[in-house]
Amino acid sequence: MSGASTGSDVGRLLPDLSSAPGAASWSRMVRSQAALEVRLLVRNGEQLLLTVVIPTVLLVLASSVGVVDLGGSHGMTRRIDVVTPGIFGLAVMSTAFTGLAIATGFERRYGVLKRLGASPLPRSGLLAAKALAVLVVETAQVLLLSGVALALGWAPRGSWVALGAAVALLVLGTAAFAALGLLMAGTLKAEVTLAAANLVYLLLLVGGGVLVPLERLPDAVAAGLSLLPSAALGEGLRQALAGQGVAWAALAVLLAWAVGAGALTAKLFRWE
Amino acid sequence: MTHPAIDVQRLVKRYGRTTAVDDLSLVVEAGTVLGLLGPNGAGKTTTVECLEGYRRPDSGVVRVLGLDPGRDAAALRPRVGVMLQTGGVYPGVRPEEMLRHLARLHSSPLPVEPLIEALGLDACRRTPYRRLSGGEQQRLSLAMALVGRPELVLLDEPTAGLDPQARHAVWDVVRQLRHDGVTVLVTTHLMDEAERLCDRVVVVDAGRVVADGSPAELTSAGAENTLRFSAPVGLDVSSLEAALPEGVVVTEDAPGAYRVLGPLDPRLLATVTTWCAAHDVMPEGFSLERRTLEDVFLELTGRALR
Repeated sequence: MSGASTGSDVGRLLPDLSSAPGAASWSRMVRSQAALEVRLLVRNGEQLLLTVVIPTVLLVLASSVGVVDLGGSHGMTRRIDVVTPGIFGLAVMSTAFTGLAIATGFERRYGVLKRLGASPLPRSGLLAAKALAVLVVETAQVLLLSGVALALGWAPRGSWVALGAAVALLVLGTAAFAALGLLMAGTLKAEVTLAAANLVYLLLLVGGGVLVPLERLPDAVAAGLSLLPSAALGEGLRQALAGQGVAWAALAVLLAWAVGAGALTAKLFRWE
Repeated sequence: MTHPAIDVQRLVKRYGRTTAVDDLSLVVEAGTVLGLLGPNGAGKTTTVECLEGYRRPDSGVVRVLGLDPGRDAAALRPRVGVMLQTGGVYPGVRPEEMLRHLARLHSSPLPVEPLIEALGLDACRRTPYRRLSGGEQQRLSLAMALVGRPELVLLDEPTAGLDPQARHAVWDVVRQLRHDGVTVLVTTHLMDEAERLCDRVVVVDAGRVVADGSPAELTSAGAENTLRFSAPVGLDVSSLEAALPEGVVVTEDAPGAYRVLGPLDPRLLATVTTWCAAHDVMPEGFSLERRTLEDVFLELTGRALR
């Protein structure tokens, strides 16, 4: 290694540019990429609004004021106990779906994905880094929202099994929504992705069974909605955190969405 | 190593009905700087994108550092530094952050700090990319191509839209790369850039190579070169012409302004001055004009704007 400047004939203070090529290890590349994506997200005001402010405000509003009457769910009758699991589901949707779709759509549009394609980071590494970044952000979201919910009197029931089931639902939900988000980002224009990702988020928030328990709805409607990933995530979490066991049907629905959307994304995603 | 850094043979690339690159061949020897010169739409970027592995050739063979950019992409990526013509950077990222990240993707990268200073990115190191000036964005893009210490650097229009100072900074980088043994391929439509920087120039037009050689070869080969001088009005130009080798043309362009057109060499010069001495004429403002690469370029690619 010679770090000294050898280009005195050039007359500028350029470092020695002689070649010493090589890729860093896969795990080091993935960690660096994930850290960069998290930093960019934290710095982005709109993303923070989506991932932190909206879920927190909804949690506080829906649990204290009677803005919407959510009724009971899975034997839980207190407002905060009904709302909190759904807010976790919403947090997953905001990060894994809307946030990821918009960020990736614009990365594609601005040629970032193209440029990274010429770097030593392979595509598998980029996907792993995105997954890692999403999970880091979601962990922070769940910790923050849990703190707020507990302060508001949230009293989850159930054992470690319930907790394990909740984590499994969050992870599978993340996989399903991330696959859907990337499908959108990799096939539509960035502006369309921006609009559509927000619109879908809003529609699922209002009528997708993530916040509003399906028990409140007519059976036929509920049966249809329960096949949506948002409803599977919300209902599954409400069941688990009410101490009513593992929601196998919800896990199956999320797994199906993750596999289906994942396969479609792998087939249709365009990097440029 | 025996293979050239870049070896392109009979490359063809079509987009629908348009043939962007049409039977193009070029070779870049390791450690040299090659300029790919041509008007807009000549196929320069498409050629470079085939080297970068972004595009698959419709036919022909492309070898970069002896490897196939499509099949051996993973092996090539750490060894080739790429500067895209536009974009490629997160709008919200800071120059220092982006460079440090790219450095971490390589096993023995350049130290980031000297690179930031040498490329004048010190003042804007924490400014989001979208708020950088065009020149700052270009210089960051160039730094990104260098930070992994590649063997080969592909620069697509590195000085487009830059002010003269920033252009000189880019030229210094290319000279330094050459000095340090790194192979460079640079596309440009600026003749003076190619003339100053490149060991060899390949001129492309409509996807084909129309000339290939060193800047000196291209500007002198078959050149109708020009000698100008001033002298009293009304010299007998046909007498001078008769003294010169056949085919050399002498004209009085304006009263007292003479032009000798032909292949210039010391003997021709001596003949002109001998003729002047014999006719008691004192020639002044003797000047030799060589063709610039720009002249060659315009002759080869036509003068029509596109």
